[in-house]
Amino acid sequence: MALLEVENLKVEFPTRRGVLTAVDDVSFSVEQGEILGVVGESGAGKSMTGAAVIGLLEPPGRIGGGQIRLDGKRIDNLSPDEMRRIRGRHIGAVFQDPLTSLNPLFTVGEQLVETIRTHLPMSAAEAKKRAIEWLAEVGIPAPDRRIDQYPHQFSGGMRQRVVIALALCAEPRLIIADEPTTALDVSVQAQIIGLLKRICRERNAAAILVTHDMGVIAETADRVAVMYAGRLAEIGPVARVLKNPSHPYTAGLMGSIPRVGPRPDRLIQIEGSMPRLTDIPGGCAFNPRCPKAFDQCHRVRPELRPVADGAAACLLYDGVTQ
Amino acid sequence: MSDTSFTGRLRSFADSDLFYSFRRSRTTVVAAVALTLLFVGAVFAPLIAPHNPFDIANLNLLDSELPPSWLEGGNPAYWLGTDTQARDVLSSILYGLRISLFVGFASVILAAVLGVFLGLLGGFVGGMVDAVIMRVADVLLSFPAILVALLINGVMRGILPANQHESAAILVLVLAIGLTNWVQYARTVRGSTLVERQREYVQAARTIGVGRLRIMLTHILPNVLGPVLVIGTINLGMAVLTEATLSFLGVGMPATQPSLGTLIRVGNEYLFSGIWWVVIFPSATLAVLVLAVNLIGDWLRDALNPKLR
Amino acid sequence: MFVFLVRRLLQAVMVMLAVAFIAFLMFRFLGDPVNNIVSQDATQAQREEVRQRLRLDDPLVVQYGRFVVNAAQGDFGISYRNSRPVSALLAERLPATAELVLVAAVLSLVLGIPLGIYTALRPRGVLSQGLQIMSLIGISLPTFVTGILLILVFSVWLGWLPSFGRGDVVDIGWWSTGFLTASGLKALILPSFMLCLFQLTLIMRLVRAEMLEVLRADYIKFAKARGLKNRAIHFRHALKNTLIPVVTIFGLQLGGLIAFAIITETVFQWPGMGALFIQAVNFTDVPVMAAYLVMVSLIFVVINTSVDLLYNVIDPRLRTDPTRATGRGA
Repeated sequence: MALLEVENLKVEFPTRRGVLTAVDDVSFSVEQGEILGVVGESGAGKSMTGAAVIGLLEPPGRIGGGQIRLDGKRIDNLSPDEMRRIRGRHIGAVFQDPLTSLNPLFTVGEQLVETIRTHLPMSAAEAKKRAIEWLAEVGIPAPDRRIDQYPHQFSGGMRQRVVIALALCAEPRLIIADEPTTALDVSVQAQIIGLLKRICRERNAAAILVTHDMGVIAETADRVAVMYAGRLAEIGPVARVLKNPSHPYTAGLMGSIPRVGPRPDRLIQIEGSMPRLTDIPGGCAFNPRCPKAFDQCHRVRPELRPVADGAAACLLYDGVTQ
Repeated sequence: MSDTSFTGRLRSFADSDLFYSFRRSRTTVVAAVALTLLFVGAVFAPLIAPHNPFDIANLNLLDSELPPSWLEGGNPAYWLGTDTQARDVLSSILYGLRISLFVGFASVILAAVLGVFLGLLGGFVGGMVDAVIMRVADVLLSFPAILVALLINGVMRGILPANQHESAAILVLVLAIGLTNWVQYARTVRGSTLVERQREYVQAARTIGVGRLRIMLTHILPNVLGPVLVIGTINLGMAVLTEATLSFLGVGMPATQPSLGTLIRVGNEYLFSGIWWVVIFPSATLAVLVLAVNLIGDWLRDALNPKLR
Repeated sequence: MFVFLVRRLLQAVMVMLAVAFIAFLMFRFLGDPVNNIVSQDATQAQREEVRQRLRLDDPLVVQYGRFVVNAAQGDFGISYRNSRPVSALLAERLPATAELVLVAAVLSLVLGIPLGIYTALRPRGVLSQGLQIMSLIGISLPTFVTGILLILVFSVWLGWLPSFGRGDVVDIGWWSTGFLTASGLKALILPSFMLCLFQLTLIMRLVRAEMLEVLRADYIKFAKARGLKNRAIHFRHALKNTLIPVVTIFGLQLGGLIAFAIITETVFQWPGMGALFIQAVNFTDVPVMAAYLVMVSLIFVVINTSVDLLYNVIDPRLRTDPTRATGRGA
């Protein structure tokens, strides 16, 4: 049984102009110890998916359908207090901006100890010792001294390490990392990604890595899910999807990544832009921009079908005659 | 768009966002209606008021201390009752409103003119002048307005000979409140001036030799009037309150020319003798006035705020 | 940090000197000091003698210097109205105002902060809506009207509480306190409540706004993501971040209490410094006015400077990085 199973998840926003669907019928699973990358343009619904899994959707957003199961047990319909117990202890989260993720008025140690003691039965002294170990684990030098320092005394990369320590210190088995390196210097990004990967492997923790950066996915993830306009376009093992994408959108994404090589390819640009939630076209959401679109694409919404060693939502694989 | 006749302008105003947000907000409409009523009452007081409370000769002392007309012992000629000297409360309120509103408006205009001028001056000329003005503004702002107004009031009383205190009361009040409240205008205008000063059209004007004063008046001033209007509306409530407070404390309008605050002060002395109407009605009027002005000021500020659109 | 401290203190001294200058100008040039001391029918020689005694012909700078030195020792001359030393008058009245302001300040915090937190955490509750409306009315209603209403209800109609004076006071040294008698305490209730109302609504709205803002912050989101309990999130994380600007603003608004005390003392005939000041304004009793001006300015400057310095101590970001210290209006 997979660690996390997301089935037909729907996230919607009631607005004055009707109900907007930010995540539309998305299904995937994450195995113990695996890193799933979720990639897509801004507004594709990837952060919402992560937020829904950990139960932190901001009102008026709500889960409008589907199920989320952790270890086979539903977690999308729990009471707020039950969900709180899951957060931190079973599912952890790392967000984009390390500066604003940390409370500036408390020391790093205070925030770590507090998190540890909320979930694990430990004395203050034990918790502090554990906190220092965590700081060392994430690569902070002189941890016994730095534990009593305030967030602003750390550099950006160091802060994100602290954030990772905080997310993991209660020993969850699943981490949701939402754009963990976007706010960091390029030189630091690789270090942080490497750290995340190592820690997950060592603890056999699974991770959902949400990002718009294909390079990060290529480096880190085992499998990748491609989202478009709130829907899942394609999902499969990273290496294969990157080299041989099934969905035309994924192919477009791959083509638009600049590559340094012997033969300079022309950058392929996908015409147009991703539709806003209020203007999603009928049929397949990608059809206005798809180079391979045909008649049915305007009318029929493709379902996720197994393709090769993964799955894709495209009428090309739907057995529909062209 | 091109219909610039009066009805055309009126129609395009009626269609505008501003008027729309006005109509949508019920509290603002009610406030505006109340304010208009008070305004009309004040302006036309000599025509509307059933009696003239200052006409000492015609006061009938037998009519003093009458309760409001709907209570037992009341007299329909004196709708809201009378005070200890047989003055009609309703008429006193109307005349008092007049003075309160006049002092309020006059002091706001004084503060605005002074503040705009100093703001333009500081922003445009810069240097030592600007530094001095801003320093004074900072210090002034760190003291509560009532204290400054009291102080200026005290100083003016010291300058004027005692027998002129009553007749000059209005002038003293307008000056005291106006000189206290110019800082907000100055700051806003100075900020805008600093911004506009860098703009190309100002540089261009200066290159062709247009005088600094002209630039200030014709270019910068129109851009700055919007926020000034909002500040002024909000300040009006405060000015009226300050005047009422000063009068209540006894250093504002005298009892011979009472504003609403003075009426409340005088009425307060009879609180324990049971003639509550002498204090309650002026208080209620004052409260409604300030509340209405504040509500409209709030709405105006939100409506004109580009960020909220 | 040290440089900042010194600079701030220098600023405070400059402001005090400027205020003292204005007070001095008032003293010297408002009305005729000689006229106010001698009687109406004094001869020219007597006036001349008084002029000499007051050394009114010395260079202005010298007179100013003398004024400052005297003021620093608390000597502001003799009141024009009742011929007693101003410092004695002020000392007599100070305890009344001080106790009133103290109780009002404490009340506004003790009531304002919890109410503010409540309206932030339960914004749609009936109590919250009611409080919002009341605070809007409270800001528009003139303070003295509120005071009068309080007197009407609690003194005239219900007869529970006194409406004027301090009740019985107990003298401890040169301080007279109303805290130690039942009538003294009863007399304190209405005036201090009236005085605290404005501050109370201010604090309530401030705490509410700050807390709502803080609850939207990323670190709160992250705290929730770590599974921290609601109580910890609201009262440990959110509250600490909320209270810092609130404490600062409260300190700066403390001066407002002193100003409003003037009105409260007038409404309730409370024998404090504010009432003294009003009489002085009415009668152009310049020495008292000048002394009150200097005293109040001193209190303001002390409070503002303390708040500035305190702020630098509380916010750890400023402690270790003094370049970020900006101070208030520096």
